[in-house]
Amino acid sequence: MSVDKATVAKIASLARISMDDAVCDAMVPELNQILEWVEQLGEVDVTGVEPMTAVIPNTLRLRDDIVDADPLTGGGVREKVLANAPAPEHGFFGVPKVIE
Amino acid sequence: MTEITELTVAAIRKGVAGGDFTAVEVAEAFNANVAAASQLNAFIVATPEKAVEAAQAVDAKRAKGEDLGKMGGVPIGMKDLFATNGVQTTAASHMLEGFVPQYESTVSQKLWDAGAGMLGKLNLDQFAMGSSNETSYFGNVISPWRRKDGGNADLAPGGSSGGSSSAVSARLCPAATGTDTGGSIRQPAAFTGISGIKPTYGRCSRWGVVAFASSLDQAGPMARDVTDCAIMLEAMAGFDPKDSTSLNLPVPEWEAGLNPDMKGKKVGIPREYRMDGMDPEILKSWDDGIAWLKDAGAEVVDISLPHTKYALPAYYIIAPAEASSNLARYDGVRYGLRDLPEGAGLQDMYAATRADGFGPEVKRRIMIGTYVLSAGFYDAYYNQAQKVRALIARDFEKAWAQCDVILAPTCPSAAFALGDKTSDPLSMYLNDVFAVPASLAGLPAMSVPAGLNSEGLPLGLQIIGKAFDEQGVLNAGLAIEQRAGFTAKPEAWWK
Repeated sequence: MSVDKATVAKIASLARISMDDAVCDAMVPELNQILEWVEQLGEVDVTGVEPMTAVIPNTLRLRDDIVDADPLTGGGVREKVLANAPAPEHGFFGVPKVIE
Repeated sequence: MTEITELTVAAIRKGVAGGDFTAVEVAEAFNANVAAASQLNAFIVATPEKAVEAAQAVDAKRAKGEDLGKMGGVPIGMKDLFATNGVQTTAASHMLEGFVPQYESTVSQKLWDAGAGMLGKLNLDQFAMGSSNETSYFGNVISPWRRKDGGNADLAPGGSSGGSSSAVSARLCPAATGTDTGGSIRQPAAFTGISGIKPTYGRCSRWGVVAFASSLDQAGPMARDVTDCAIMLEAMAGFDPKDSTSLNLPVPEWEAGLNPDMKGKKVGIPREYRMDGMDPEILKSWDDGIAWLKDAGAEVVDISLPHTKYALPAYYIIAPAEASSNLARYDGVRYGLRDLPEGAGLQDMYAATRADGFGPEVKRRIMIGTYVLSAGFYDAYYNQAQKVRALIARDFEKAWAQCDVILAPTCPSAAFALGDKTSDPLSMYLNDVFAVPASLAGLPAMSVPAGLNSEGLPLGLQIIGKAFDEQGVLNAGLAIEQRAGFTAKPEAWWK
């Protein structure tokens, strides 16, 4: 499988990365070189093999269903959460107008 | 007396505990080396005051006769992928330039609790994506090593933990944290003549580590020798309820358990790692390693890891796929860069922010990841890669029936010059050919120095172990270290 410029532009749009024509053009051969190389995985016989989901057998834990079970990752830290926001407003994240 | 900055972690800890010198003297000696080495660009931010502050606390504890901790009085470098409370954490990206975490990563907190202090935040490949430290927004890291041809070409310190490797080998810090997703501890360690271990996946908490590929990312220590790696890994490892994939196991006493006697141990030599056209000097260092482990009492056996050649292509589907998902969080809303063109809406803001904030290699990987996860391609690429990954893990499982550890080269070459591989992403990726299989299988693996090649550059040997058997890996590493007698260090041309 190989990608053309239209596909690259579509992927860029899905990835939310703005790319002008020149960047898209440059990326077509780069992506194709890499994709062509990973194609070799197709020759591996994977009959009956389950895709790996956990590299080391482990069970996902659940934390106790308590508010602020861990104070560090719980609530009540609005100022810290907003400390690095590019445009905090009235204690919330500010974004450009979404609804006209 | 030996200069303080020539001392290992173990020697510094002993010297501080025994009163040969104070922790503050140690911190100041390393601070001076950091300040004099700006040419190497190993640090994004130096934090000399943090190092001194931690040292003062250790000296005060000693005065009161208290326990100084596993890393008591040892200043270290912190890869700038670990969130540090109140200290800028960038992942070497423009996206996170100016980001000041309001919390501390679990691993760095454990190190501070163990008595270590922070010399600064170390440069790396942007979002840990790279093998030469040429993708950092804050400029290339330069290896302290030079070829002995007199050409003075700037060499790559390896990547992504290139600031860590450069700083440790240049004696700017006795040890540093690294992270390894597909070789990012082992390859830079090999390029700079130091040791580094990636533990079993889940040993070190990923909480507070800027995420690249979550099923692969694993932190580990980089230091001058195996003992120092064991000491520091003990301080870094341990169960963390805040990381859903953290291993709920006690931390073994790796330092106390160090034993270079390999009698009764079997060392596997994977025949698939012997590739066509391999550098004869790499092959020779591998043969040296085999001879050293035999000398240490080990039995050497040939083994087969039949899916080795598919590890790298599988990695370059899985890692970008996970990266594209992880890096979706950089949206210009909650933290990091925001680029809001005049009159732009939310979608345009996302796209402009991400175009501006990510470097070319990061974009390339996000694009590959987005493509392989997109509708219609998921099965052909991502699912196939995860199946191949299961086969690679199975190869190792079968090998453990025949051997206790595996010995292989860390990299297919010594350090290359900066700029040598930047025009061809694929040739850069191929540098991790020997490192990636252990990452995909989540196994502990370390690189130790084997010697210098004919250009005067270090070569590394890699030991891969069974899951949870860091001790077996460290012990084989120590057996090699004792026989390799590696004492070479770069000349301090940057001072």
